[in-house]
Amino acid sequence: MSRILKSMGVAAVAVLALLSTSPASAGDEVNLYSYRQPFLIKPLLKSFTDETGIKVNVVFAKKGMLEKIQAAGSNNPADAVLTVDIGRLYGLKQAGVFEPVKSGVLEANIPAHLRDPGGLWFGLTQRSRIILASKDRVMPGELTSYEDLADPKFRGRICVRSGKHSYNIALIASMLAHHGQEKTKAWLEGVKANLARKPQGNDRAQAKAIYEGVCDVAIANTYYMGKMQTNEKKPEQKKWAEAIRVTFLNQGASDRGAHMNVSGAGVLKGAKHKAFAIKLVEWLSSDKAQKIYAEDNFEYPANPKIAVSDLVKSWGDFKADKLSMEDIATRREAATKLVDEVNFNEGPTS
Amino acid sequence: MTTDTLPVSSASRTLPRLRFNLWSAGALIIALAVAAPIFTVLGLAITDTSDIWTHLYNTVLGLYLERTITLMFGVGIGTLVIGTGTAWLVTMCRFPGSRIFEWALLLPLAVPAYVLAFVVTDQLEYAGTVQSALRDMFGWTKPQDYWFPEVRSMGGAIIVMTLVLYPYVYLLARSAFLEQSVCVLEVSRTLGKTAWGSFTRVAIPLARPSIVVGVTLVLMEVINDFGTVDYFAVQTFTAGIFDVWLNMNSVGGAAQLSSVLLLVVLVLIVTERMARRGRKFHHTSNKYSELPSYRLHGYKAALSFIACVLPVLLGFILPASVLSHYALSFYEETLSADYFSYVANSLTLSASAAFLAVVIGLFLAYAVRLSQGPWIKIAARTASIGYAVPGAILAVGVLWPIGALDQSIGWIGNNFGVAIGGVLIGTIVPVVYGYLVRFLALAYGTSEASLGKITPNMDGAARTLGSNPSQALKRVHFPLMRGSLMTAAILVFVDCMKELPLTIILRPFNFDTLATFVYQYASDELLEESALGALTIVGAGIIPVILLSVTIAKSRPGNR
Repeated sequence: MSRILKSMGVAAVAVLALLSTSPASAGDEVNLYSYRQPFLIKPLLKSFTDETGIKVNVVFAKKGMLEKIQAAGSNNPADAVLTVDIGRLYGLKQAGVFEPVKSGVLEANIPAHLRDPGGLWFGLTQRSRIILASKDRVMPGELTSYEDLADPKFRGRICVRSGKHSYNIALIASMLAHHGQEKTKAWLEGVKANLARKPQGNDRAQAKAIYEGVCDVAIANTYYMGKMQTNEKKPEQKKWAEAIRVTFLNQGASDRGAHMNVSGAGVLKGAKHKAFAIKLVEWLSSDKAQKIYAEDNFEYPANPKIAVSDLVKSWGDFKADKLSMEDIATRREAATKLVDEVNFNEGPTS
Repeated sequence: MTTDTLPVSSASRTLPRLRFNLWSAGALIIALAVAAPIFTVLGLAITDTSDIWTHLYNTVLGLYLERTITLMFGVGIGTLVIGTGTAWLVTMCRFPGSRIFEWALLLPLAVPAYVLAFVVTDQLEYAGTVQSALRDMFGWTKPQDYWFPEVRSMGGAIIVMTLVLYPYVYLLARSAFLEQSVCVLEVSRTLGKTAWGSFTRVAIPLARPSIVVGVTLVLMEVINDFGTVDYFAVQTFTAGIFDVWLNMNSVGGAAQLSSVLLLVVLVLIVTERMARRGRKFHHTSNKYSELPSYRLHGYKAALSFIACVLPVLLGFILPASVLSHYALSFYEETLSADYFSYVANSLTLSASAAFLAVVIGLFLAYAVRLSQGPWIKIAARTASIGYAVPGAILAVGVLWPIGALDQSIGWIGNNFGVAIGGVLIGTIVPVVYGYLVRFLALAYGTSEASLGKITPNMDGAARTLGSNPSQALKRVHFPLMRGSLMTAAILVFVDCMKELPLTIILRPFNFDTLATFVYQYASDELLEESALGALTIVGAGIIPVILLSVTIAKSRPGNR
């Protein structure tokens, strides 16, 4: 056993040695929990560091961050959270982990409807949940509203990712806000009956399915279209995009407009580098950062001074649904239950 | 003295009081420390979520259960048949390639299930190689022209999970077959059993504890999986757990559902234990002469070859070659990232966790053997049940004890005037702890099964000759168990290399492993960009897997 004990000692020393390599706490830095993939945000953060000299330490994870913040209590090392989807921002707000931020810069850069009234979170970009329609098999004007998706003329023609995905949950929540429980349920049942296949894959996979002829209509976020149209490394995706017409829904003069969602950030309570964290969020709302979001990621900048990229512009101007983000967030649980009730994810045959 | 009496007869009629000595006290403390995250999950489950249950009961709960049971059943049977069958073939028979299959059959172990799921879908979907070839061949032009099975389905999930998980059963069955005394087999043949009869009536029943450990591990993997079933759009119980947690913002509800999964596993384990109650599986003879190998010819050799080559082909060669192909055109993204530090991080974490898990697993298994009565055993089993909890939920369970420990350390530090709050949360300690909690089952189960095959007479002899329990462990059990312990270490190592949810949630800032690097692309279904990383996970797993095979072959008692 003594040999085992000895090697345990060696292991302990090794572990301690490793621990000492974790980021030092000295110097100007800010610690960020990010729900967005590192390859998406790296160019932004690098630019921030180059400009300000503040280093950004990042952990990327799509779940468990709230629990990590809560469990650490006063020892929580993170200063700010960067995320997509209003559901997560609102969840963090409800859990009480955000610090209210009062910043003239943020108030000037971000319109009031894209930030929390108490300064708990700030929207940085917007994306619309749109329709990708086959140029060959869907006539212009054949599909003009989310409500149309339940029309029997689309039987067997719609593709979509899991109904439980946060983007779809937000869309269903917006339907709940506009139409109430019963009408939304009937609508969701109609959409389910119109599906070409069981919900699967991500938004990009639905575009591919249109190209392949599996379905005619798909529900997707705007920026996926831009990424396919400009994909030099995988030119086949350009072909998928070519087969597709971008369609914004509910654009009629008296209609409500296309469903929107946000990506955003918030500063955490008890942040050890609070000033830097605020500086980071402010910088992300600045002209320079917003331009990167617009040009590289094909999102709609929250900052109205910054124009969308030329490519995004080519899809056309559209009217956005003015429903408040919190009205969507508070209906997410109900939306999830509705997806269960109509058994949406089992697809058209169930 | 409890420690001096060995459980020669385990049929103790009354529950003895737990008596403390170094082994039992140590075992209890370690078991509690490892079980803390599991208790945390159970603790989080104590909350009022009746509306969620009513909702689930009225809507999808039945569906989730049906899907989960179907998946467990399919993968359980698949891995049992492939794992045990191929293990028997390569151990007892000689046919073309059988020496190579001995180790090659382990290779799919190195392939993460989610990676195989991607590759299989990539090949079998409409735009994939298979369907494109079929269209060219028959002149079809659109999906409506022909029928092709849906890849993203229950069937796809069962096949993919069977292919990457059968090596657990193979590994344990093969060690068991190698450890068996040739006498019983000879006796069975002398008494007129056919080769098949000896296999089904003698070898399998004797190897049962090991095979059961293998299948139990497989079933726990099936239960805790989220990535693969999510990708294949199969709505299992885990899908429900994540809905409740992330869409309904109820971590308590998610913990309750996870606790139900734990209950299912407990029922499984207890049922099996009851079924083999009172039987003993150690060998009474020490005659380990060379195992006979039957040379197969003709169609028998061909069938055996096919039975062994298919799992390797589909579970390893296919994903490895597809990934290599993509890695060639997309290596720049990976190499320009901090690729080599990811490799180093993966190796360090996995090796530390493997070492700790084996030491603790052996310690607990031996403490159980020394103790009389059920208490230590219950503690050890509780500690090794973390394998059945979905990784992300287990991660939440790990966070709270670590957070509490951090607070205590900070408080102690404050009393001495040093600010050391939060020393653990930003380090790799939570990750290694998480791995340990999750994979202790592998190490403990293997140690326990291996110890079970050593007759208590050995302990008796060692003790009569004046050894204390530690010396007996060192001089008698450890040498006999070396092969199994190596197996355990490598299983844990390879599993840690592939592990994702715990690593993602528990890791410190700016810290990536190969698996997390693969995930940032894989989570966006970017298979090509993740190829080199995934290939490295597979590659790093192969070397230990081959080592493992050599160790097992050499581990046969009496091997010269």
